[in-house]
Amino acid sequence: MLLFIEQLLNGLQLGIMLFLMSAGLTLVFGIMQVINLAHGSFYMIGAYVGATVTARTGSFILGILAALPAAALAGMLVEILVLRRLYKKDHLDQVLATFGLIMFFNELTRIIWGRQPLFMDVPPWLAGSIELIPGIPYPSYRIAVIAVGIIVGVFLYLLFTRTRIGMQIRAGASNQEMAGALGVNIRLLYTLVFSLGTLLAGLAGVMAGPILAVEAGMGESILILTFVVIVIGGIGSIRGALLGALLVGLVDTLGRAFLPTLLRLFLSAAYADGVAASLASMSVYILMVAILVYRPHGLLPANG
Amino acid sequence: MNRKTLSITLGAGLFIALPVVAVMAGEPYLVTLFSRILIYALAAVSLDLMLGFGGMVSLGHAAFFGIGAYVVCILSFHGCEGTPILTWPFQLGGHQSGLVLWPAAVLLSGTAAAVIGALSLRTSGMHFIMITLAFSQMLYYFFVSLEAYGGDDGISLFSRNTFAGVDLTNDMQFYYLCLAALAAFLFFSYRLVHSRFGMVIRGCKENERRMKSLGFPTFRYRLVCFVIAGAGAGLAGALIANQTEYVSPGLMHWTRSGEILVMVLLGGMGTLFGPVLGATALLLMEEFLSIYTEHWMVYLGPFLILVVLFAKRGIYGLLAGENSNHG
Repeated sequence: MLLFIEQLLNGLQLGIMLFLMSAGLTLVFGIMQVINLAHGSFYMIGAYVGATVTARTGSFILGILAALPAAALAGMLVEILVLRRLYKKDHLDQVLATFGLIMFFNELTRIIWGRQPLFMDVPPWLAGSIELIPGIPYPSYRIAVIAVGIIVGVFLYLLFTRTRIGMQIRAGASNQEMAGALGVNIRLLYTLVFSLGTLLAGLAGVMAGPILAVEAGMGESILILTFVVIVIGGIGSIRGALLGALLVGLVDTLGRAFLPTLLRLFLSAAYADGVAASLASMSVYILMVAILVYRPHGLLPANG
Repeated sequence: MNRKTLSITLGAGLFIALPVVAVMAGEPYLVTLFSRILIYALAAVSLDLMLGFGGMVSLGHAAFFGIGAYVVCILSFHGCEGTPILTWPFQLGGHQSGLVLWPAAVLLSGTAAAVIGALSLRTSGMHFIMITLAFSQMLYYFFVSLEAYGGDDGISLFSRNTFAGVDLTNDMQFYYLCLAALAAFLFFSYRLVHSRFGMVIRGCKENERRMKSLGFPTFRYRLVCFVIAGAGAGLAGALIANQTEYVSPGLMHWTRSGEILVMVLLGGMGTLFGPVLGATALLLMEEFLSIYTEHWMVYLGPFLILVVLFAKRGIYGLLAGENSNHG
């Protein structure tokens, strides 16, 4: 039972990470109708800049404060230089161009930071653990990640429902031309939305730093999971992204933790471990297929 | 003779003469390199069948490539060990002969394509891209966790397969076999694209709704196209397993699908010979850029973006001039 709650929290934490990644990306997909494979690169940029600044200054907060604008700025540049030219093109062109971006950013980080992965330490003031529920100590850092995710979620909700810019984003999403005709600067809006997305990716990256290794290509492994989240949740829907992220986070973590024990009830130990390992690594994709068979447009599609 | 026929004849002549010239010039490693190019060209042509002609943007094509390779490796692994693969529900042993293994690879990757296609083709556009991508990653992780066959590290082939009358261990003969496979697949694709089936597929790309209202069951046509493309990639996979004598899950990683996609675009989408040119260009570029700098990808990435933005018709479009569409 203790283990179960701990794994539940781990799943929640992975889900929050995925939410930070997918919230920005689903907007880019939904509003601009652009398929962006390079979203993971901004996650990577955030992680690298965060790790470097943290190592130099010794302050994790400064690391985050440097990583966020770095990711947002990189996003803005990419939007203005490349993505802007792709809005009117078909998905294939977007896939290829952003694939080119991935190659570029991965190799660029290898040139700047080398091939060795960087390691980030958990800041000392978050290094301990807290007993959320008596008897279950849980690392404070992971709790902080969950808290940040919740704050971002609330912030996004307020941004979209309560502010003028949120209204404009929603207007741009449902009818771009009409919004433009009514005086919304669509170009600027797109740039802003895109860099908001990359900023969130950078935040996810810098927070993942102390948990995972910071290395070139780190963005791709989370990118695919992010896609799964978005497909499950419904393209363009932030609520869908939240639901999808939590589902994927929980299924992945709990699958890895408990499938072996579960299968040992039916199968011989060696065989069960093998099958469980395969099943656990495929579980999120199986979940996605199952959901798509029933709801081809995702659980909470944006328009409907 | 117009520009198109001229470039095709020239290209074919070059590919036929290459091993002889390479050996005479004392660069036999070129034969190996170009065998690899031919194999990737085969995979790229198969992708182009669904992408360029059928308008289905799949980002998971390497999955079928990998399945073909794994089928050959696993079956011949059991063939060498003399152990059965399955004992239940029926006894199934391994094999060594390419005449058995390669059709098996084609068949199994085709079957996988049928399942994946049937599920993915329920969607379209952006969803389709992401779902094919997710399927290929699912298979990638499946093979990573398959400890019996090497897991993450992959599995090597004891030796190349036997193949009626052809000595596959001889690089020269292997090259010509790859060339023959590519030529046969190109001929097949040419006939396919110009058949009634090909017309329907191209019609679906232009306007699916219209094809539907004309009474064509577009889903079935697309699915068949998807299966043919998957089977073609499976054949390429069977060949690459023999060429490198080693298979790892890396073969089906999604970046590999991206590379095959890049080959198609670079060469010229919606043409039959374009992907061949694209595969040649990309692999040669990789080979020679990596001599000068280990960071060649930092140049290739932006180059790719420029191609997307400014040279959509690809190399084949440049060579063959106007009116070079559709084969």
